[in-house]
Amino acid sequence: MADIEKQIVKGLTGLRDWVDDRFPLMQNWNEHLAKYYAPKNFNFWYFFGALAILVLVIQILTGIWLTMNYKPSAEGAFASVEYIMRDVSWGWFIRYMHSTGASAFFVVIFLHMFRALLYGSYKKPRELLWLSGMAIYLVIMGEAFFGYLLPWGQMSYWGAKVIISLFGALPIIGPDLAEWIRGDFVISDVTLNRFFSLHVIAFPLLILGLVGVHILALHEVGSNNPDGVDIKKHKDADGIPLDGIPFHPYYTVKDIFGAVVFLIFFFAVVFFSPEMGGYFLEHANFTPADPFTTPAHIAPVWYFTPFYAILRAVPDKLGGVIAMGLAVNIFLLLPWLDRSPVKSIRYRGMNYKIALTAFVISFVTLGWLGMQGVTPLYTWMARFFSVVYFSFFFLMPFYTAFDNDKAVPDRVTDK
Amino acid sequence: MNGFKQRYKMIFILLMMVSINAVAAGGSKLMHMEVDLSNETSLQRGAKTFVNYCLSCHSAAYMRYNRMGEDIGISDDVLKTNFMFGTDKVGDTMKIAMSASDAKIFFGVTPPDLSVIARSRGSDWLYSYFKTFYVDESRPFGVNNLTFKDVSMPHVLWKLQGIQRLTQSDHIDGAHHIPSYENLELITPGSQTEEEYDQTVRDLVNFLVYVGEPIKLKREKIGVWVMLYLFIFAIITYLLKKEYWRDVH
Repeated sequence: MADIEKQIVKGLTGLRDWVDDRFPLMQNWNEHLAKYYAPKNFNFWYFFGALAILVLVIQILTGIWLTMNYKPSAEGAFASVEYIMRDVSWGWFIRYMHSTGASAFFVVIFLHMFRALLYGSYKKPRELLWLSGMAIYLVIMGEAFFGYLLPWGQMSYWGAKVIISLFGALPIIGPDLAEWIRGDFVISDVTLNRFFSLHVIAFPLLILGLVGVHILALHEVGSNNPDGVDIKKHKDADGIPLDGIPFHPYYTVKDIFGAVVFLIFFFAVVFFSPEMGGYFLEHANFTPADPFTTPAHIAPVWYFTPFYAILRAVPDKLGGVIAMGLAVNIFLLLPWLDRSPVKSIRYRGMNYKIALTAFVISFVTLGWLGMQGVTPLYTWMARFFSVVYFSFFFLMPFYTAFDNDKAVPDRVTDK
Repeated sequence: MNGFKQRYKMIFILLMMVSINAVAAGGSKLMHMEVDLSNETSLQRGAKTFVNYCLSCHSAAYMRYNRMGEDIGISDDVLKTNFMFGTDKVGDTMKIAMSASDAKIFFGVTPPDLSVIARSRGSDWLYSYFKTFYVDESRPFGVNNLTFKDVSMPHVLWKLQGIQRLTQSDHIDGAHHIPSYENLELITPGSQTEEEYDQTVRDLVNFLVYVGEPIKLKREKIGVWVMLYLFIFAIITYLLKKEYWRDVH
């Protein structure tokens, strides 16, 4: 028995060495997993990076299978989705995983970004890590937008019409730009076809490439942690950080547990509430796209609503488009807006804590307002919270520079 | 420059679109009904009402007869004799003979396909809609609807429900009055009592909810097993994590 085991191990080791002579297998395994030293004090907020990869894999796999039966034409798209829902074996399951995955992606990414705000993960030396993450975020927004047109329901059609018309609001190039995006004078079969192409090929490739860049950037500078201290300052005789533990196996087993807990929530939605009360799958999208009937209420999917509320809050149309674009992109400037010497919220002063709380409240409220119809009260609320939203960024150089930060410990504090 | 302005205007209109609740016509909240997909006989009765009253103007083009039969317990023979009037192939979908262009001439609008109507309208809306037709001589078919104002559809179930009228006119004491469901009164009884008609409508809506998503009958049952598996797996992975992390201090 033992002999056979030895033979198998010998064979496998031989195979590994054969590959290793021709490909940097062990080098990469060590660099990114077995000898990548991550701080040992990661908490709840550090699950979401790995979960984002999990959701990406779910989206790619379910997307491949959806594409096998989906018809990207104005004539056949809506029917083909219902065909998937009814006649394709487990098609409903694949489709619900994909539609739930889209929302899950934004839940996970928002929490992942919030983690960076909590612990100053965007600060030096992680500026490029932050920028590459922001690039992924922007591409995923595009990916979600293109994908939402594909079911060819009323919300697909009119939502796309509103968003494309925003580009039309830009001076001089606007109208031509909008036409260039649509490929037609109105949203049509042509638009659907190109959005399909962008959704299933161009943007997924971009996302995969950028995720690779993001991980390489992370492993170059090393992970931040809830204390925001640099674990590389204290190393043992072998050059291993005293507060670091190898990513594999410690964080692989921890992330597997986190992934299973995430999947409990994920599949609870897929099996028990795939529409999520109209937030994940909007009711109006079960009516086929009709260019001649405007829906009574056009609202984007929940993950775009904070920005939509900002857009509507500005009385001037071009101004609204600019404000919305700024609201999405201003995160790019965070590494340079933040003047605090302290990374983690644990050692920051009251200024930052109050500012971050106000920002979270305004983000959530704007998200809610973006789903509501327009009333004078809601418009003024949206204006107020838009100001709070932007103040968090624009006033950051001031309130972080004069914050009563606490002393940061030398080593990580948690076990 | 003018085109520019127009474009702005259009964007503005699109963006500022106020939420006009489609149900606001009645001025009151929708009537509520509990959907019960576990009641197979209700689904069967609903299917019968559906094929007899709806499935000549409306299609359900994504629904197959034999899928329906399999799901709600109707044999192929019964399907053929009692449910299928336009085709004899049980694998066919519920299409209709009337062309969309003809329908538009007959009704002013093409009657929508009903495959996913329950998913776009919701069960409460459908339930309210079927119960709030009333006499209105100004309409082409002589009826109007409190849930769907100026609807183009005749009240096809009138023989069952009877005829209702609105007890209050639009204007009371010179002020505009939005009628509510309480203002409806049965003036000519139908072949069914009020309770029987209510049940007919409930069965029909139950059936439409089923048609909207046939897998709904099984989806939640499968989900229970998935949850059970994941909970057990979560415990195992937690213990695995704990075991590995014992040596982290």
